[in-house]
Amino acid sequence: MQQPVIDLSPHVSDEVRKTTCYMCACRCGINVHLKDGKVAYIEGNRDHPVNKGVLCAKGSAGIMQVNAPSRLRAPLKRVGPRGSGEFEEISWDEALKIATDWLAPIRKNNPEKLAFFTGRDQSQSFTSFWAQNFGTPNYAAHGGFCSVNMATAGIYTMGGAFWEFGQPDWDHTKLFMLFGVAEDHDSNPIKMGIGKIKARGARVIGVNPIRTGYNAVADDWVGITPGTDGLFILSMVHCLIKAGKVDLEYLAQFTNAPVLVNSDPDSDDFGLLLRDENGKELVIDRTTGQLARFDQPGVRPDLAATHRIGDIEHRPVFHLMADQYLSDDYAPEAVADRCGIPAPRIRAIAAELARVAFEEAFELDQPWTDFRGEKHQTMTGRPVSFHAMRGISAHANGFQTCRALHVLQILLGTVEVPGGFRFKPPYPKPATAHPKPHCKVTPDAPLDGPHLGFVHGPEDLVLRPDGSPARIDKAFTWENPMSAHGLMHMVISNAHAGDPYKIDTLFMYMANMSWNSSMNTRGVIDMLTDTDENGDYVIPRIIYSDAYSSEMVAYADLILPDTTYLERHDCISLLDRPICEADAAADAIRWPVIEPDRDVRGFQSVLCTLGAQLGLPGFINEDGSQKYKDYGDYIVNHIRKPGIGPLAGFRGDGSQSGRGEVNPDQLDRYIENGGFFVEHIPAEASYYKPWNAAYQDWAVNMGLFDSPQPYLFQLYCEPLRKFQRAAEGKGPHQPPDHLRDRIKSTMAPLPIWYETDQTGNDGFSIHALTQRPMAMYHSWGSQNAWLRQLHGHNPLYLPTKLMRENALQDGDWARVSSPHGSITVPVLEMAALNDNTVWTWNAIGKRKGAWALDENAPEATRGFLLNHLIHELLPPKGDGLRWANSDPITGQAAWFDLKVAIEKAPAPTQPGPLQSSPSFAALKSPVPAAPKDLAWKVGK
Amino acid sequence: MTSLPNSTQKKLGLVIDLDTCVGCHACVISCKGWNTENYGAPLSDQDAYGSDPSGTFLNRVHSFEVQPQTGAAQLIHFPKSCLHCDDAPCVTVCPTGASYKRSEDGIVLVNESDCIGCGLCAWACPYGARELDQAAGVMKKCTLCVDRIYNENLPEEDREPACVRTCPAGARHFGDFNDPNSHVSTLSRDRGGMDLMPEQGTAPVNKYLPPRPKDALPEIDVLAPFLTPVAETPKGFLGWLDKTLEKL
Repeated sequence: MQQPVIDLSPHVSDEVRKTTCYMCACRCGINVHLKDGKVAYIEGNRDHPVNKGVLCAKGSAGIMQVNAPSRLRAPLKRVGPRGSGEFEEISWDEALKIATDWLAPIRKNNPEKLAFFTGRDQSQSFTSFWAQNFGTPNYAAHGGFCSVNMATAGIYTMGGAFWEFGQPDWDHTKLFMLFGVAEDHDSNPIKMGIGKIKARGARVIGVNPIRTGYNAVADDWVGITPGTDGLFILSMVHCLIKAGKVDLEYLAQFTNAPVLVNSDPDSDDFGLLLRDENGKELVIDRTTGQLARFDQPGVRPDLAATHRIGDIEHRPVFHLMADQYLSDDYAPEAVADRCGIPAPRIRAIAAELARVAFEEAFELDQPWTDFRGEKHQTMTGRPVSFHAMRGISAHANGFQTCRALHVLQILLGTVEVPGGFRFKPPYPKPATAHPKPHCKVTPDAPLDGPHLGFVHGPEDLVLRPDGSPARIDKAFTWENPMSAHGLMHMVISNAHAGDPYKIDTLFMYMANMSWNSSMNTRGVIDMLTDTDENGDYVIPRIIYSDAYSSEMVAYADLILPDTTYLERHDCISLLDRPICEADAAADAIRWPVIEPDRDVRGFQSVLCTLGAQLGLPGFINEDGSQKYKDYGDYIVNHIRKPGIGPLAGFRGDGSQSGRGEVNPDQLDRYIENGGFFVEHIPAEASYYKPWNAAYQDWAVNMGLFDSPQPYLFQLYCEPLRKFQRAAEGKGPHQPPDHLRDRIKSTMAPLPIWYETDQTGNDGFSIHALTQRPMAMYHSWGSQNAWLRQLHGHNPLYLPTKLMRENALQDGDWARVSSPHGSITVPVLEMAALNDNTVWTWNAIGKRKGAWALDENAPEATRGFLLNHLIHELLPPKGDGLRWANSDPITGQAAWFDLKVAIEKAPAPTQPGPLQSSPSFAALKSPVPAAPKDLAWKVGK
Repeated sequence: MTSLPNSTQKKLGLVIDLDTCVGCHACVISCKGWNTENYGAPLSDQDAYGSDPSGTFLNRVHSFEVQPQTGAAQLIHFPKSCLHCDDAPCVTVCPTGASYKRSEDGIVLVNESDCIGCGLCAWACPYGARELDQAAGVMKKCTLCVDRIYNENLPEEDREPACVRTCPAGARHFGDFNDPNSHVSTLSRDRGGMDLMPEQGTAPVNKYLPPRPKDALPEIDVLAPFLTPVAETPKGFLGWLDKTLEKL
């Protein structure tokens, strides 16, 4: 029989345009194949440093994002009541005039009455520059409700954290342990890394109450009780110190373990580090027995020596650690029940960490020179690496837990060594090299400096002269002193309460605050629509920018429709959250690979125009004309400081990297290069970066720092002690009395673990969590015709034990309640789950009428949110106060502290599709109904 | 009734590593993207934004929980597409000759112009690896990206199935099982590559690598060699520290 003749070499595409994905925050390189000017196919870019050719489901489904029927089409002006979804489409001229008319008087008189919060923004160095020029102190992105604990604990402890700050040394690691990792953080690199190390037989240990995704392929799964990771980690620290399985050489040279601490409880400076007149930490030099600066050439810091000045004893940090962690309180037997991990298992994992770190140590034949001028012939590998994310971060003890994990890494000597965890430029960068937060408001003028930063003691808090919070979100106050990313999740409730003050305009970008991005969703909706005694909205004006018809659109007065990611310029900047690898500095762009077919504009370009119309100094020329015609123009021509702009590549005549004059052809050079730029780090600079003279010099040349700044890892975090000290009544800056005890007990300078506050939660004993699936990003997946077929609804997964206890079977419904509310949802049994934990996929549930979905879409019927069960405040404790549901150190939203009760509920019986509750009235869609069927082929 | 070739020059297929598949669905969507735009009719979606969305996919990932006799339950991600069987019942059952197995490389294809959409092949396939496209009315199945693997318009390194090129975890491998030294043959041999449902007698070409044993880290007691205490008290520990630092 004759086989048909088929064309084995069909035409693939007319053109391939290379840009950066934005189907999640991972920022992979993509090849966009075009036919007849339309997107025909998207694949990973093999040359790209992040994904090296691979691409996840989201990335490949980008084609369904750029044709999504939920895309907004033109600026919208609200014409019905807030929440009604009644809008009329207006011109950009009118939209910009409205915005300018609202914002100009605010800037002239009370810049703080603008609250500008930018959600899942990837252009924070730009949006913060805009906000700073406007003069409001009220700016942040979404970090406060995401993973600020991880980022902040990492930076305070070791000058960087996971994800964009650093990565495991995939080429050398032999044991990889991950804690609480959401499956989309750091999406493709983690999958690639796990595949790579498993292929050579390395062990993967997953610590997570839920065994899906990465934990499903882990060799060993630790189904820990949520919120106890810190206790588990400190128990392993106990075992390792007790067995002497710590890297003493590393601790002495590169950490503050040998730094002397005032150990006299009667001294005013009790707990502070001993420093010289220039503020340099002091150690005892083992060679001379004398006090010496930690960075003095030739010094051999002594981990054991104490030092007396007058009557005051000074002990090295390592002594304090031994005192604290050798306590039987941290013995595996003492923590096993609370963690839900048998003591022998804790020991087994600690032993495996020790075995791999010390018995499988190896030397790389690579000489290097440290910051004290000492030459080393080799680099010692300790092939144990870690990664962690929101699972340990989004608890009210998350900051200390993240610190505990970093301390574990450091004790094993596995940070910035071969086989361990490696920083990615511009990290390592210690907290002291970051700006401090600024809040000085001057009408009609810019703010006095960057909004966000790192505080080093009570004197750095962002308070007004009367001690009240300067920011609407109360970041950097005694309630959460180290809130380095702000608290976007508190903005609406504070603005509604007029606490600490009332605002005029809430301006938000890419944050679905009336739905899945808020705790207490129903309450937030009520706050957004609440009116005062005059019938005026309590939050007077809301401007929102989004590309899609999200749930938040209905609650804004003015909508500035953004483009999709293939229709715009962006820069993934070294000033912001770049795409560097441990071996290279790298940044990237997005550029319009297709033109919008709607009357929409990139949000950053709109800010360039709005900034000029408002006369913001950074956005106008000397003659008052608009300085940057659009974001692409800004990316090329903006100068942050001499020679430094948003993009590090192809500067000057195109040959300069890092520092260099503006190159008008820079974007073209990026496009020619595949949309990104990479500058490799020399081999002698590739490890030990915080202490490696060659790396420090390279970083200065690249413009990452202005001078070398070697530093010690902060096992002992002195800024925490400074807050504790204030709470003890010492020093000129004093907290309010009601916060003293909490500050004293939580802001310990060595990592601790404490039970998160469940007072008032009696009867609610089951942990409830969410995870994001690998094929969805926040709410975006539901509008994607392909991805929603993978995760179109979200059952509540219950462990076998809870299914049996409640006589539940798959497909039954359950009422799930917390002190704050209840939901009724479908359940499904899952055996590979912590016995006392239930969970569901995050942000699958949708409100009817949003995202251009049919009102009977499963996302809007069976789909649900756990957000209805979580309040931004804890239940009353009887002390007359309401405490925030957040980490007391950073203000991170404690999403995962949720505890619930579960009971079987009758299945919903109303006519029509099965409906979870609560159910909200349908929003009127601002976009036309979606097509029924798709058969998407753009070529002939 | 359509006949199968007695043998094929090459035996192209996939090795799918169940030890590393994280269940991310990257392969599912990249397959959908390539094959919507390329070979034959697009892979359509019905009620795409509605209450019961349903589309054609040539590759799907299923997840199964496994409860071992002892130890914690496990979750296995199981990607499934046509296995390009040597004894493909979907081919022999085809009344029009539309389904066929290529003699040069063993790829099982549907010639859409001859397909009448009767669905017999989907019934015959024990794996559920064929889907009738509701818009085009023709049977769709994995082509092993026959329009990529020989495509001279693609760079040589890209001449592999879309699912293999995109898999972030490197859990999918493509090659010729007739060549005993090929990457796929070696991998399958070394890692105990398995046939899916061999009792069906279909002689599938694709192989699955089983997950390695899990939760095998032995639990240990206090006296484990790597955790033998150097001292019992903080004071004793500091004594050990002094002595140890002397030796450094």
